[in-house]
Amino acid sequence: MIASHYVYWMLFAVMLTGLYVVISHANLLKKLIGLSVFQVGVFLFFISLGKVTGGSAPIISPDIQTYSHPLPQVLILTAIVVGVATLAVGLALAVRIFEAYGTVEEADLIARDPAQPASGLTAADDDAGER
Amino acid sequence: MNPVELLSGVLLGAGALFVVSGGVGLLRFPDFYTRNHAVGVTDSIGAGLILVGLLLQPISWQTAVRLLIILLFMTLTSPTAAHILAHAARRDGVPVWHEGYRRR
Amino acid sequence: MTTFALINVTLLGILLATALAIARMRALYEATMLAALLSLVTATLFVLLDAVDVAFTEAAVGVGISTVLLLGVLALTRSWEAVTSQRRRLPGLLVVVLAGGALVYASQDLPAFGAADSPVQLHPVTDAYLYESQDEVGIPNTVTAVLASYRALDTLGELVVVFTAGLAVLSVLGPLARPEQTRPGADFHLADYRVIRVITRLLLPFILVFALYVLFHGEYGPGGGFQAGVIFATGAVLYGLVFGLDRAQQVIPSWALWLFICLGLLLYLGLGVATMLLGGSFLDYDVLSPGHPETGQHLGILLVEMAIGTTVSAVMAMIFFSFASRGASR
Repeated sequence: MIASHYVYWMLFAVMLTGLYVVISHANLLKKLIGLSVFQVGVFLFFISLGKVTGGSAPIISPDIQTYSHPLPQVLILTAIVVGVATLAVGLALAVRIFEAYGTVEEADLIARDPAQPASGLTAADDDAGER
Repeated sequence: MNPVELLSGVLLGAGALFVVSGGVGLLRFPDFYTRNHAVGVTDSIGAGLILVGLLLQPISWQTAVRLLIILLFMTLTSPTAAHILAHAARRDGVPVWHEGYRRR
Repeated sequence: MTTFALINVTLLGILLATALAIARMRALYEATMLAALLSLVTATLFVLLDAVDVAFTEAAVGVGISTVLLLGVLALTRSWEAVTSQRRRLPGLLVVVLAGGALVYASQDLPAFGAADSPVQLHPVTDAYLYESQDEVGIPNTVTAVLASYRALDTLGELVVVFTAGLAVLSVLGPLARPEQTRPGADFHLADYRVIRVITRLLLPFILVFALYVLFHGEYGPGGGFQAGVIFATGAVLYGLVFGLDRAQQVIPSWALWLFICLGLLLYLGLGVATMLLGGSFLDYDVLSPGHPETGQHLGILLVEMAIGTTVSAVMAMIFFSFASRGASR
């Protein structure tokens, strides 16, 4: 079981690390980096499903018999480009948020947002609690 | 095993040795500038020897031309990268390590 | 354990270690560099998994564009992350453990890694894409054949997504949203160093020609429109970084970038409408060359790849210039 599925499990670990960063970390930029890590795990998992042992890249040449499947590669090629496009938009929004509020930490953003009821908690309080 | 294969293997092994030494240097050297030099070794002579070793393998001439172009670009760009890193660190005021300082 | 499995496990181990290090790293410049390393290891893994086109794209996009954008944004905002409190960590860990358990449990039904008899490989579409495409489309790189011909509509959607992202960044960070204060240009340019100036001037023509090579050679080897567009944009980014943003925006003015963003998408859509007017369905390239469907396919794929390359390169360059000029105007 391990010998045939170890690739999937290690890629799940990469995906879950990225997911943990997106959920737990409060810094917007760190979340975006964690999202990239998550994406990388998903892309590798998807492409590993199309791999054939002993095959080669799906570029037809007369002296190769087995090819890996081209369709997952097409879909992931699209996904990579879409991923960087969304990263760019996310980063642009982070820059504007920083210019408007002076911070990219979630707790500080909620505290400084005039539309939110003031909770009184900031990232500085989290630091105090950590110590 | 004919001499060309043997030579290719020796070159690949030597290139791998230089890459490993670059990695060890990155971990063990005490200062930014010495670490930069160690990694420069990896990029230039380590990659160069590996590429020349690959050139001696049985490959088509198109692959050989591509390997030569890669070798040319690595020779152009890796020393430049090490150079600009050192300049940027110097401009930024990264201190040079002297005997007796703790490792930076 | 075969050599392939050994290399696989080693690279996956490095990938996992890098991902964990990124999660722990509170210094965001270092986390960005580790993310670039992650993308490089991923590109190597893609080559091992026989996905050479994808490796190309990941190396160009993940290591080049993503890293430059993240570094640019870190220069505009804070580059240190606050400590994550225990209160915040627990829900994340819980979700991760539950999701991980569910994934591992479900993965028992997955076919073995590399199996030749999995449902993916036995599906009739495999033969269609690998072998029938040689008669219908006639290009060796089946990934390009599927991307640009069989699933051209998906690729059109992707190009529209890239276009929309460019529009979004332009509206958020562009000239209409510029803050009023400006600051004199930097007193220091990378071009003051002779080595960098000479090497950049030497390399730039090759980078641009290589982008064109990748574009036109995408039918016979790894490559295609996206990779070519990203490489072209990387050349523009290199010029902007070394010779200063002002000079880069003189060489590549904003109106030219906006024009090329629209031209690529219009070319793609126009091709679809043209095939409809010629009697076929939307993006059916067979009708482009009546009597010789394979020639029509070649022509259609070429035009589509050029459209993709144009829009992607212009969007990526414009995104970089928007971020960089935001910093310059503060």
